[in-house]
Amino acid sequence: MTAQLAVENLACVRGGRMLFKGISFALGAGDALLLTGPNGVGKSSLLRALAGLLPVYAGSVAAQGRIALADESPALDPRLPLARALGFWAGLDGSGDGGVAAALDAFNLAPLGDVPVRMLSTGQRRRATLARIHASAADIWLLDEPGNGLDTASLGLLEAAIAAHRAQGGLVIAASHQPLGLEGATALALEAAQ
Amino acid sequence: MKAFFSILARDLRLSLGSGGIGLPVVFFLLVATLYPFAVGPDGDLLAKTGGGVLWVAALLAALLPVDRLIAPDAESGVLDQYGVRGVGEEIVALAKITAHWLGFGPALMIAALPAAALLHLDGTILASVEIGLLAGTPGLAALGVMVASLTAGLRRGGALAGLLMLPLAVPLIIFGAGSIGEFGGGALRFLAASSLFLVAVGPFAAGAGIRALRE
Repeated sequence: MTAQLAVENLACVRGGRMLFKGISFALGAGDALLLTGPNGVGKSSLLRALAGLLPVYAGSVAAQGRIALADESPALDPRLPLARALGFWAGLDGSGDGGVAAALDAFNLAPLGDVPVRMLSTGQRRRATLARIHASAADIWLLDEPGNGLDTASLGLLEAAIAAHRAQGGLVIAASHQPLGLEGATALALEAAQ
Repeated sequence: MKAFFSILARDLRLSLGSGGIGLPVVFFLLVATLYPFAVGPDGDLLAKTGGGVLWVAALLAALLPVDRLIAPDAESGVLDQYGVRGVGEEIVALAKITAHWLGFGPALMIAALPAAALLHLDGTILASVEIGLLAGTPGLAALGVMVASLTAGLRRGGALAGLLMLPLAVPLIIFGAGSIGEFGGGALRFLAASSLFLVAVGPFAAGAGIRALRE
C-alpha cells in the first residue's frame, strides 16, 4: 500500500454558508490525522468532501489509494445476517469472504455473523460499521466519530485495528471528541470560518 | 461492470424478499377480477375494454414499489457508499431500473394470461397486450426509478411519487391501449418509442436525482 492524501487550501460551502476554508495537510503511509472542533464546524462535511461525496468549493484533494468512509449510517441490509451484509461490500471491493472473516474477528463480532443486522444493539452496529471499513481493504480510512457508543473493550479493538491498519501502510483520518489513542497523530482543530 | 451486476443482484434480492413480485401481480389480478363485477358480465363489452383496463392495472402495479426503490438506500447510507467507491450514479440508476423491471415486468406478462381469461379477451388481443407490455414496461420501470430518486428526500414521498408519475405515464397508457385492436401497429411503434426514450433518459435523470440527494 502506498496511501497518500494531499489537501490544499480546501474550503467547503453548505447551504450558502462557508463552513471552513484554508484547510491544508499532507499525509503519507502510516500517518493519522485527528480532527477536532465544536459541533457544526464541518468535521463530517470535511470527511464527506475527502470521500468525494460533497463538491469542493475551493482548493484541491489528491488521494492515492482506495477510500473507505464510516459515518453514522451502517449501510448494511437490516434483514441480512451480518456476515452476508458485510459480504456484499467485500464482494464489491474484491476482498471476498476472507476479508469479512478477518473484519468480524478484529471487532469481536464473529459470534454475531449469523445474526440479522436489525437485531444488533447500537454498539454492535457501530462495530459492524467499522468492520465494513476493515473488510473493504481500503488504503484510506475516514472515520466519523468512530468511538461513539463503544464500550471500553470495543474502543481497545478500534485502537488495535487502526494501529494494525497504519502498520500496514494505511492512512487514517478520524473526527472525534474522544481521545482515540492515535499515536503520533497530527491534530487538526477546525474553526468556524468568518 | 461488476458494480452494476452486484447492485442489480442486491436490488433484485431485496424486491423478491419483500414480496416485490407478489404484490404487483396480486394487485394486477385483483383489478382484472373486480372490473367484470363493476361493469357487469357482458362478454362483448369486457372484450372491447379489457385490454385498456389491463394497461391501467399495469401502470398502477408498477407504481406500487416506487417508495422502496431509492429512499431506503438513501437513508441507510448505501448510496453514499456507492459514491465513495466511485460507482457512477448513472450506473446505480441503470442497475436499479433493470432490477425494478425484472421485479415486475415479466411477472405482469405472466399474470396477463389469467387476467385475459377473466376479461374474456381472445387470443389476438392477448397477444397484442403481451407485446405491448414487453415494449412498455421497461419505460414504466425507468419512469418509476426517476420519480423515486426525485421524491426520496421528501417526507411522504410515496404519495407525491404517484402524483408525479401518473401524468408522465400518459403517453405509455395511450399508445399501450391503442396498440390493441385492428390498427394497433402504429400505436405499438409509438409505445416502443416512448418507452425507449424513457429508458434512455432514465439513468441520467435518476442519477442526477441521486446526486442531488447528497446535498
